[in-house]
Amino acid sequence: MSTPTASAKKPRPEFRNIHITQILGYRLPLAGIVSILHRVSGVLLFLALPLLLWMFELSLTSELSYERLRGLAGSVLVKLVLVALAWAFLHHLVAGIRFLVLDLHLGVDKQASANSARAVLVVSVLLAAAVALKIFGVF
Amino acid sequence: MTSKVGPKRLVVGAHYGLRDWLAQRVTAIVLAVYMVLLGAWALFSGPLGYEGWAGAFAPTWMKVATLLALFSLFFHAWIGIRDLWMDYVKPTGVRLGLEVLTILWLVGCAIWSVQILWRV
Repeated sequence: MSTPTASAKKPRPEFRNIHITQILGYRLPLAGIVSILHRVSGVLLFLALPLLLWMFELSLTSELSYERLRGLAGSVLVKLVLVALAWAFLHHLVAGIRFLVLDLHLGVDKQASANSARAVLVVSVLLAAAVALKIFGVF
Repeated sequence: MTSKVGPKRLVVGAHYGLRDWLAQRVTAIVLAVYMVLLGAWALFSGPLGYEGWAGAFAPTWMKVATLLALFSLFFHAWIGIRDLWMDYVKPTGVRLGLEVLTILWLVGCAIWSVQILWRV
């Protein structure tokens, strides 16, 4: 049984304005993990914009450039970058749909929000895994 | 005159961010619909090759739809990256500089996208 003295002995950590050095010690709830990953994946996609537009250009300009892109995508490093970007896109998409639903005031209570956050993490990782298998030519 | 504080506060107008909040969501929906449709088409039409892939972007309506999706992407990215600067960069001058660079960069990407699409 927890008594007031027991809790006084071991106070729960208290965070006000989280400093960058405290980030790792702060236990985020699932919804918080989805939220920060939404930001991280958005930044990744923003940084990758020139790469993505360039690949889009190669894919469309000519048969020659299309083959060049296929050649580039043959390297394992490029494949890994593509898998990372695919995850970023899929997480951003699936988490974004969750946020749109929350904006409609649906599923905002604690349990529902934790469930949907877990669903977002699972679905986006599964979709990214499927893309990864496709990119590495498993099917 | 209505009260300026409390729940009845008028939160529309300059600098309240409602327009950006809404634009972020509208552009998100446009992008989601475009990407899911394009992804589903690519998935179910089998191996496309250059002809099939580039051919899909040949009709004017597809160029326009793709450009609308890309403009949505750039507007969406602007709001997201602006939020980032607003959250993490406090000195006004630095923040303004980063915002200007972000806008120039995204407008540049938009011009590039027009060139990519209309060369097909």
